Amino acid sequence: MFKIVSKKLLSFNIKNYEVEAPDIAKNAKSGQFIILRLHEKGERIPLTIAGKNKEKGTINIIFQEAGKTTTELGTLNIGDCIRDIVGPLGQPTEIEKFGTVIAVAGGVGTAEVLPVIKDLLSAGNRVITIVGARNKDLLILEDELRANSTELLIATNDGSYGIKGFVTNILSDIIAKEKVDIVYAIGPVPMMKAVSNMTKELNIKTLVSLNPIMVDGTGMCGACRVSINNEIKFACVDGPEFNAHQVNWDELISRLSLFKEHESISFENFKHNPECKCHKE
Amino acid sequence: MSQRIKMSERQPDIRNKDFQQVNLGYTDEQALQEAKRCLQCKKPLCVTGCPVEINIPGFIKQIAEKNPNQAFKVLKEKNNLPAVCGRVCPQESQCEKHCILGIKQEPVAIGNLERYTADWAANNIKISEIKIEGSRCIRVAVIGSGPAGLTCAGDLAKLGYDVTVFESLHDSGGVLRYGIPEFRLPSNVLDREVDSLKALGIKFIFNYLIGRTKTVADLFNDGFKAIFVGTGAGLPTFPGIEGENFNNIYSANEFLVRINLMTAFKFPEFDTPIYKGKNVVVIGGGNTAMDSVRTAKRIGAESVKLVYRRTQEEMPARLEERHHALQEGVEFVELTAPVKFLADEKGFVKAVECIKMELTEPDASGRRKPVPIPNSNFIIETDLVILALGLHPNPILPSLTKGLETNAKGYLIINDNFMTTINGIFAGGDIAGGSTVIQAMGMGKQAAKNIHLYLSK
Repeated sequence: MFKIVSKKLLSFNIKNYEVEAPDIAKNAKSGQFIILRLHEKGERIPLTIAGKNKEKGTINIIFQEAGKTTTELGTLNIGDCIRDIVGPLGQPTEIEKFGTVIAVAGGVGTAEVLPVIKDLLSAGNRVITIVGARNKDLLILEDELRANSTELLIATNDGSYGIKGFVTNILSDIIAKEKVDIVYAIGPVPMMKAVSNMTKELNIKTLVSLNPIMVDGTGMCGACRVSINNEIKFACVDGPEFNAHQVNWDELISRLSLFKEHESISFENFKHNPECKCHKE
Repeated sequence: MSQRIKMSERQPDIRNKDFQQVNLGYTDEQALQEAKRCLQCKKPLCVTGCPVEINIPGFIKQIAEKNPNQAFKVLKEKNNLPAVCGRVCPQESQCEKHCILGIKQEPVAIGNLERYTADWAANNIKISEIKIEGSRCIRVAVIGSGPAGLTCAGDLAKLGYDVTVFESLHDSGGVLRYGIPEFRLPSNVLDREVDSLKALGIKFIFNYLIGRTKTVADLFNDGFKAIFVGTGAGLPTFPGIEGENFNNIYSANEFLVRINLMTAFKFPEFDTPIYKGKNVVVIGGGNTAMDSVRTAKRIGAESVKLVYRRTQEEMPARLEERHHALQEGVEFVELTAPVKFLADEKGFVKAVECIKMELTEPDASGRRKPVPIPNSNFIIETDLVILALGLHPNPILPSLTKGLETNAKGYLIINDNFMTTINGIFAGGDIAGGSTVIQAMGMGKQAAKNIHLYLSK
């Protein structure tokens, strides 16, 4: 049982939970994730570790209510418990001094970018963070991103904040003007794919964090397999970070659609019968 | 001498629609009759075929004398998981193979009697805390709660050690839980075996991936004096052919984990989804392939085909499993190998292109190799493919533990004392080259003996 000790609403459907998990907090590194299961009938879903507090023995998970499990997770309150959490899983981000780094963040992926840029900045990099959202209200973690970036640039689709347009508009301006040593892109698959296509032409090393469907998260089932340079890799143990230019994006997009119908059945059922099956401690 | 008593089975066309057990177990009378067939050999050969060294004539004698309670005690002296072994052990190639009766007629049904005894205990004996004489207050960590880990943990606890089992999943049993389906090994039977281990004082910690949540160095720092690694063969094999990542192509591990561990066949009551399939193709010929075809049938497939590159004769699966699969309406497509997968415009598998194979004359080792027959390609239409092509050892712990060495195939290197290349760390089961449940249990038992020797120095 893992107790929720604080709960913050970051935007209308993105929430930040601080959860007691002392052993995970002790060993978690940037780029790693956990798998959780809410209750005995729950599914196992991966979520990035967005932050940790070793002294308090807590980790932060930031999630967008998109389907049944994340929406149900969103109904939990301070003092409630998540039945199962295992982690930290996956390879940590390799942090070194690259020089100029661009971190591109979109949607809830912004939460994953935060620990990475923190480490990159302390390693002595110049960190330019580009964050995108549909509109100003959906932008999350602005202050935290600003505090951990050399420069923060914002794009909104409707122009309600920052420039009007996409993160890729900002990215293309920067890489046309100056030398960039490495790009990180974490966000929706179409965004990561667009960034990848853009940097590939200029041969700028680009890393992405992939979020395929997972079950066990320990390399056992192969649900999360992705094609990297035409070779099968398991995102849960070989990733989640990969060289963007080697990812088979179309295959990833197709595999993410595997359970579309099931997901909507599950979600509809939940909306009409949202009895909470979670346990209190 | 009387005939071997056959265990009764449920009707194939009824049982292939649910997850209830196939074999019904012996009645008291049947067990008595079968136990009386045992010759009580002075030098019992059956025992030489048992990796966990059960006193086989001993427990059978107690059944024959109508003392099932005593029979269970004899069984439990050596075997921590008798209800499991009585269901999934390949007795025909182990204890029963050596039974002297087998020369002229059928051997004693040792496996059936083992199951009878364990089930009798489940119905008649309440699990209670067992006080171990001579408790040692020495902590030992067991990594992985599969058959190797459970056996090792049980034997160490009986020797008085303070044992903690670390499991990365949210429930115990390893492959016994996520791999073997309910109709062969019901989860409540497994639960009871685990409960009786808990009664020995063994602690279980779930959701704990050693290597990541804590390292083995952390465990030694926490005061564990020895570690047993039984992390299993986690990594599924893919065939390396075109289209293998199309949607609705699962590894057998994924398919079985979704069904067995996550109860996906009860979606949406349970949250984990599964695509049930109409025309299912399973590729492979081992026990996992049999579990996959039989499960696919049970969750509602109209047709289930098992594609195997050799013939039934060469299949590694137990005869009983093959027999059950055929009875339940599975079609075997022998001497056939997949060449590539075809998908619809959305990337969902719609067919598998296969090629016919033939077997060569036996080579020097007597093995007949399958070779493709040119231009014999044909198509099998399918909407769900399950790949049961074997597993590799789980690489997580070795890759994260400096000094813990593996061989070229990824198995942990162990010496004759079951110790790995790190002092104080022992290993057994699939991660160290075992391949069946009972082999893993045998290795867990031997490792426990060696851990005891190591800690007694």
